[in-house]
Amino acid sequence: MTSYAIRRLKDRLAFSLCLLCVAIAIVPLGSILLEVTGNGISALSVEFLTHPPGAVGQGGGGVANAIQGTLILIGLTCLIGVPLGVMSGIFLAEFGDSEFGAAIRFLNEVLMQFPSIVVGIFVYLLVVLALGSFSAIAGAVALSIIMMPIVARTTEESLKLVPNSIREAAMALGVRRWRTTMSVVLSTAKSGIVTGIMLSIARISGETAPLIMTILGSQWFFAGFKQPMDALPLRVWRLALLPYDYAHQQGWGAALVLILLVLVLNVIVRLATRRRYRSRAR
Amino acid sequence: MMLEELRSVSDVTPQMRESTEKYKIETKNLNAWFDNNHVLKDISMMIRENVITAIIGPSGCGKSTLIRCFNRMHGLVPGARVSGEVLLDGSNIYDRGVDPVLVRRRVGMVFQKPNPFPTMSVFDNVAAGLKLGGNHGYRLDEVVRRSLEQAGLWDEVKTDLNKSGASLSGGQQQRLCIARALAVEPEVILMDEPCSALDPIATAKIEQLMIALKERYTVIIVTHNMQQAARVSDFTAFMYLGKLIEYGETIQLFRNPKEELTERYITGKFG
Repeated sequence: MTSYAIRRLKDRLAFSLCLLCVAIAIVPLGSILLEVTGNGISALSVEFLTHPPGAVGQGGGGVANAIQGTLILIGLTCLIGVPLGVMSGIFLAEFGDSEFGAAIRFLNEVLMQFPSIVVGIFVYLLVVLALGSFSAIAGAVALSIIMMPIVARTTEESLKLVPNSIREAAMALGVRRWRTTMSVVLSTAKSGIVTGIMLSIARISGETAPLIMTILGSQWFFAGFKQPMDALPLRVWRLALLPYDYAHQQGWGAALVLILLVLVLNVIVRLATRRRYRSRAR
Repeated sequence: MMLEELRSVSDVTPQMRESTEKYKIETKNLNAWFDNNHVLKDISMMIRENVITAIIGPSGCGKSTLIRCFNRMHGLVPGARVSGEVLLDGSNIYDRGVDPVLVRRRVGMVFQKPNPFPTMSVFDNVAAGLKLGGNHGYRLDEVVRRSLEQAGLWDEVKTDLNKSGASLSGGQQQRLCIARALAVEPEVILMDEPCSALDPIATAKIEQLMIALKERYTVIIVTHNMQQAARVSDFTAFMYLGKLIEYGETIQLFRNPKEELTERYITGKFG
């Protein structure tokens, strides 16, 4: 065989290997989606989406209160986590070129890999015990602790992708540093930051463990920020524990609703923050 | 304003007072470093108002650093240091208490690669300096139109001011960047190899533009294209290894260089 033929063979081999790995990696994703859709779709009905759970063991009812709870949680968490995360990211990217910055970056990394149950326990001690009850606020605090490092990290990464020439252009016009960052650099990095926020929303809307210790779960609709509340992943967990077939059916349905909810949110945010201009590749 | 003028006048000796009427920028023993790398060595030069001064020299000779000292952009890079003085209309822009942001509003800059703000329209790009500089009360429409006209771009973009600045061609983008710099009404315009990323036709347009601009502005251009320096500039400075080797009228410098180094450079023997 010529050396060219050998190299071609190696190329084919490496390519097929990569393709195989991709296929293997996609199998779990595909099968989860198929499984959840297959089992959950039959549970979906108008009643399921508009009613709170029925009496245990009786069947009927739905997950409307859990959908509402998850949406409230996402909203509250974003309110706390997005500004803190984006600001930390700005600090790390624009001013973090020091030992202090490196320390913050390291702590952020650690926080990102924190077991979420530990976050739950921490917020239980800090907020639940202090306020005297499980509450929506405690849930949002726990989830924003999980969200913040993800947002900070992705914000930092996307700001670092903004070419320095853009910063210099603004500074050379006599624009102040903070104004350059807020009006020019941030808007250039917007799509990356939005992606980071969406990723973190997807991550927190699936979190269950910290919610057990903070919002507890509930059979009813939202009753106040200082009251226990329901959320979709919690509902999935509770339904799965019940010894009834209808409950398992509803659990699949709730899981499907959760996946669809994240998907729809993603699409809405994408459309709303779509870039006005597609920048030409140069 | 009055106070500043008075102070700047009292700072200078009588024999210099005459020169500050004709000279826009003066450097005195200007030194600059990147960390331990000494990139500008004792540069003392006087730059005339309303002419084009070209700074030439081989790569790495410090010419870009020199003009970046004129609007205090050099200090933005971590580890960058400056000593000596840069007098703008007679007052030192490196004095304590001088706000670099205000210096940059008087001394504008155009960069080597066109760098319009990618998320802004043509209009917003030109208006950016005023909008983001916190200046209100401007008739933005008029300023944008005037700046684009001065930059020779108005006729080409007047129908699509709302298009992205990044959608223009390279030469148009560079003229957009010039218009953006002009919109804040600077007194000096620094150009750091403004044509090195452009084709000959776009280059010719920018060169014509420079000559038109010197009526109203003091233009300082860094270039490693000696033909360009000879074509457009009135004065030329030749730098080598961080030192100012020779500085004088462009015709003189190219026809009868005083220094052997200058002659060897402009005749292409090294560089």
